[in-house]
Amino acid sequence: MRNGITLFITLVALALLVCVPMLGSRAMVQDLFTVLCLLVLALNWNMLAGFAGLVSVGQQAFVGIGAYTMFAAVILWQVDPLIGVLLGGVTAMLLSIPAAFFSFRLNGAYFAIGTWVLADIARLAFGQWKALGGGTGTSLPKGTTKQMFGVDLVKDMLGVSSAAAADALLYWLALALVVIMLVASWLFLRSRMGLGLQAVRDNVQAARAVGVDPVRLKALVFLLAAFGTGLCGGLLFIQITRVTPDAAFSVIDWTAFVIFIVVIGGIGTLPGPVVGVVVFYILERALSDYGTLYLMALGLLGIVIMLFARRGLWGTFVQRTGLDVLPLSHAAPKPGATN
Amino acid sequence: MIWLDTFVQGLMLGALYALFAAGLSLVFGIMRLVNLAHGDLIILAAYLILGIATATGFNPVLAAVLALPLMFALGWVLQTGLFNRVLGEDILPPLLVTFGLSVVIQNGLLQAFTADSRKLAIGPIEGHSLDLGLVTVGVMPLITLVSAVLVVLLLNWLFYHTALGRAFRATSDDAITVQLMGVRPRSVFAIATGIALVVATIAALFLGARVNFDPSIGPARLLYAFEAVIIGGLGSLWGTLAGGLVIGVAQAFGAAINPEWQILAGHIAFVVVLLIRPRGLFPRMQD
Repeated sequence: MRNGITLFITLVALALLVCVPMLGSRAMVQDLFTVLCLLVLALNWNMLAGFAGLVSVGQQAFVGIGAYTMFAAVILWQVDPLIGVLLGGVTAMLLSIPAAFFSFRLNGAYFAIGTWVLADIARLAFGQWKALGGGTGTSLPKGTTKQMFGVDLVKDMLGVSSAAAADALLYWLALALVVIMLVASWLFLRSRMGLGLQAVRDNVQAARAVGVDPVRLKALVFLLAAFGTGLCGGLLFIQITRVTPDAAFSVIDWTAFVIFIVVIGGIGTLPGPVVGVVVFYILERALSDYGTLYLMALGLLGIVIMLFARRGLWGTFVQRTGLDVLPLSHAAPKPGATN
Repeated sequence: MIWLDTFVQGLMLGALYALFAAGLSLVFGIMRLVNLAHGDLIILAAYLILGIATATGFNPVLAAVLALPLMFALGWVLQTGLFNRVLGEDILPPLLVTFGLSVVIQNGLLQAFTADSRKLAIGPIEGHSLDLGLVTVGVMPLITLVSAVLVVLLLNWLFYHTALGRAFRATSDDAITVQLMGVRPRSVFAIATGIALVVATIAALFLGARVNFDPSIGPARLLYAFEAVIIGGLGSLWGTLAGGLVIGVAQAFGAAINPEWQILAGHIAFVVVLLIRPRGLFPRMQD
């Protein structure tokens, strides 16, 4: 019964979100697109840090790689930007293999610093790519987004300008990415492998003793998170239309904010990042005029959460009320049941 | 001879990085605390020195001496009020708390002092240089190098020849058992962070005298400092000095080939050292 209500609420919210390009203004669509992309990044980082115990401060590397691959696909190889996004995800995943080979030699805090250094190497290396503008970056050719695959279809369907249709299309893609990420994460965490992952997080020795291979599982999560983050990076920069190494590999925009979103919402829970991104959006709306004060408030909120409600808003809510919308635990085997 | 010159310049730059890293290394060695706000605390110290110098008209060197006890107190307060509450098995809470602190300090400084870059004017000594036969070195960079060595010597003496140092080492080895000997880990940690910020203030003086600083440059310095700590090896202060020098020399040679490669060369040296020696150059303890 409770699950039925949850499902109903989720579907209504999803339907409302799908309708935003038909009802809301273009500015709102663009705004929500960015929020949804941040949510995708947060869901990916939550898988890494919250479930696999890989506290990475270098996920901006994969956002940047995704963005730069998309730009290279459009400018150098004359491919559709959406195919560029897909290539961005694949490239990010491929480059995450050597990254994992290096960073997995480091533990805990060293891992965090190691990934940060790798991301900085990526930023500096992509800044040397002269065909894409080197350190000063480059812009998408004029009209690229308007000619994007599917824009005409959306244009006829909604009866709006090409530019608005492109925004709507990108928005729906980001929304689809969020839904896919959520469903895939839930299925993965409920699977045998996901169970193993959570066992490793809770007690490495015990997990090993029952035959879980921690390194293999963590490497898998690292690669998949790089893929998701890379896709998101490509998508984000179609809308931004201009790429520079500093913007594409920004540790503040693509990692610091994302970490705050996950921590505020509740690390290690699936609905946590969703709650976090809502709080983040409200804070940004209310305080963005104050610039630096807004960031200070965000930092303070992160500290307060860590001191007094380490499970974040969602985790604390679940603990207090016992209402878990997306439970990851399996029911205990029935007494007398045989395997 | 140009290569020797580059090498010596690299050593001097590395000494500054070693100073950034020494406080970090001390704290990390004793309580495994990764302080992501260390870079911003150095910048905060630089602004504190600037503020004292402006208010009193003293030379920044004297202002730095006055700033030392203030920064020690700040470290003590931060450790007692904040870091001690989140230290534990899980590395995530301290990481996130110091990360939040970093954002707060950085934007607080931005709010108070704007993004204009500042410099600490030490006086005519900044322009002086010394002819050492094969190479000519600036007096200030040379003082930085000597200071870095002195700081490491002093910290090592503190660590291995004083009662406080014995408490540091014992707490680092086993924070539970030391309590049976009448040592309170929490107050030991508070003193350690205080000392780390004293070293950070010394680093801030040399940073401010060498280059322009503004509120946003903390994280980059933090990254170089961490590289120095990690390739030096956990818990070894001499290792941290060596690590800083390695990063500095790598950056100097990178910059000599192409100015755009300075930072990249430092990072690559970090990766290469860790690929060859995963536990750093001079690891003292297991972790």
